[in-house]
Amino acid sequence: MTNTLVPLLVIIPLVGAAVTLILGRHPRLQILISVLALTAVTAAAAVLLAIVDSTGTPAVVEVGGWEPPFGIVLVVDRLSAIMVVVSALVLLGVLVFAVGQGYADRDRDTPVSIFHPTYLILAAGLFDAFIAGDLFNMYVGFEMLLAASYVLLTLGGTGSRIRAGVTYVVVSLVSSLLFLGAIALIYGATGTVTMALLSDRIRELPLDVQMILCAALLIGFAVKAAVFPLSFWLPDSYPTAPAPVTAVFAGLLTKVGVYAIIRTDKLLFFDVPLQVPLLIVGGLTMLIGILGALAQADVKRLLSFTLVSHIGYMIFGVAIGTELASGATIYYIVHHILVQTALFLVVGLIERKGGSTSITELGGLLKAAPFVAILFFIGALNLGGIPPFSGFLGKVGLFEAGAASPNPLVYVMIGAGIVTSLLTLYALMRVWNMAFWRPKKDVEGYESPLIESLQEGPTGSVGTMTGTATATDTQTRTSPLMIGAATGLMALTLCLTVFAGPLFDLAQRAAGNVSTPEPYVDSVFPEGSLVPISVNEGGDG
Amino acid sequence: MSASITLVVLMAVMYGAGVYVMLEKSLTRILIGFLLVGNATNLLIFIMSGRAGDSPIVDGSSADTVDPIPQVLMLTAIVINFGVTAFILALIYRSWWLSNLGDEGDDVAADEDEDEAMEIDQAGVFHASLEDDDAAVRTILDEGSDLGDDDTAFASAGEEPSEGDRDVMR
Repeated sequence: MTNTLVPLLVIIPLVGAAVTLILGRHPRLQILISVLALTAVTAAAAVLLAIVDSTGTPAVVEVGGWEPPFGIVLVVDRLSAIMVVVSALVLLGVLVFAVGQGYADRDRDTPVSIFHPTYLILAAGLFDAFIAGDLFNMYVGFEMLLAASYVLLTLGGTGSRIRAGVTYVVVSLVSSLLFLGAIALIYGATGTVTMALLSDRIRELPLDVQMILCAALLIGFAVKAAVFPLSFWLPDSYPTAPAPVTAVFAGLLTKVGVYAIIRTDKLLFFDVPLQVPLLIVGGLTMLIGILGALAQADVKRLLSFTLVSHIGYMIFGVAIGTELASGATIYYIVHHILVQTALFLVVGLIERKGGSTSITELGGLLKAAPFVAILFFIGALNLGGIPPFSGFLGKVGLFEAGAASPNPLVYVMIGAGIVTSLLTLYALMRVWNMAFWRPKKDVEGYESPLIESLQEGPTGSVGTMTGTATATDTQTRTSPLMIGAATGLMALTLCLTVFAGPLFDLAQRAAGNVSTPEPYVDSVFPEGSLVPISVNEGGDG
Repeated sequence: MSASITLVVLMAVMYGAGVYVMLEKSLTRILIGFLLVGNATNLLIFIMSGRAGDSPIVDGSSADTVDPIPQVLMLTAIVINFGVTAFILALIYRSWWLSNLGDEGDDVAADEDEDEAMEIDQAGVFHASLEDDDAAVRTILDEGSDLGDDDTAFASAGEEPSEGDRDVMR
């Protein structure tokens, strides 16, 4: 059963992409196929999660029947399964939003014929990266999703998108090359790229070699996860894309990087002392990110900065390193994927209703669009970490795990985390006050010490340049599908709160699989991993 | 592990040159830098296979076969680099287009939209062939000479560049 389900996670979106490409002239059929494909993947992933969780051992598939380490393995443990389920749900929600936006715009902003195939390839790459049991296969998954993201980011090819796309593409290319170079060095040192075998072989290397390999790999992943100081590219490139694309990038792409960092830290480089550097980097990511968010007038840019900032919490969780901390990190990743995506979709709606995304121009939205206001309010409280929402629960879990650590630096980081949380709330509540609470007639000539230092996007207001470049009636329309998709995702974040107990337990069980390498290694090599293999002996001799 | 010193030196030179060119501002140079660094990384993978030996599948029995895995990894990386290069070339073309058109460029974004493409055609922003381009240049210059009807010297001066333009185009 698992033998067929695991490869289907990648195959279904790929076949879907091929079919939608052929059906380029039939938008309705394309939509049908993409929705079906993503629904099927969601169902398959949910079944897999149930199986993997009940048996407690990861599902391992040897692709092509070749045994590891000679062939490629796909490994789905609880962490991978959770990530696949959540990202499939998010992809489905955003797809519905994009379809709704396409109807509302009569397909002006999103040329549908390439959107669907690219979107499905992005999904395939994402799932492949999550279930890869082989470092090189993970690289291929990364490249698939990055290539698709290049196309989605420059969709339509307007000037601002090309400019933002160039930054994004060049930065991603450099990080991919670093990743590939790291794989080459790891292969040179160990003679394998199968992660389960690497886990054993890397431990036999001298510690200094381990550290070099680890640093090379981590820098590559940190660029993708937008960890400070490698995060500068993110707020410049994400906001220019169409709203659904930004939402999916913000929710998922950085989290693949975080997922890869978790795997590197827990599975491959278990012995390397990473706690102090990761703590410092995580703390700086939180603080610098949120200080950037405070200076933004554009809501999309503001949210991009909070995205960078909250990556810091996940790095903090990884750095603490205990099982409890890993569980809290996994819960926090799930929470953040859902809430960040939902908030970006709501901003897409704000852009429609208010004609701008800059809080200096918005106003009176509470009256104009009360439902959107409620959605934003819930999302903002959730992201800001107000009890009883999942953002609060995730942060409390992280701080609780941190408080058990003997390292004094952890307490400094807990302080930084609390400050970041409050500043996030401040930034989002300012948006609430300006865009929703303030009456429309006050917008002109409004003065407040709170907005004096606000900055618009690098080229004026980004929002007015892209979404509403041709401010016709079609651009301000919303369709029920868009509101439905945003509501659905926001409802999912509330489910995280309501079912926090069982979900937190699931995250803890996933952490039990992840926090030591043994369960992973044993599942790939049931008879012990130390099979004498002489792959690299031709070179050694 | 033993590796060929020639390959190592070549790789180092390619990395150095590639990174240097990548730091330039022009997108075309960044592409050249990316190609150099990408191929240097491919070489790095190749170097990891160690000493050259017999081909592994044909001479399976031989004791000193070469390690095939790096070659497989390299092949995949080459394909990926190829695809990305094609995309960057498209990006370069598009940004050249936009920089030549300035703000007008944003208006021709919706390539899919046939109505809009028609409008652009009528506006004479781009043409199907060089002949059309020539014709458009001639019309513009003729209009220019109409304005200066009473000044024949101005009209002939306007006429000359059009000949020159056509020569350049061919």
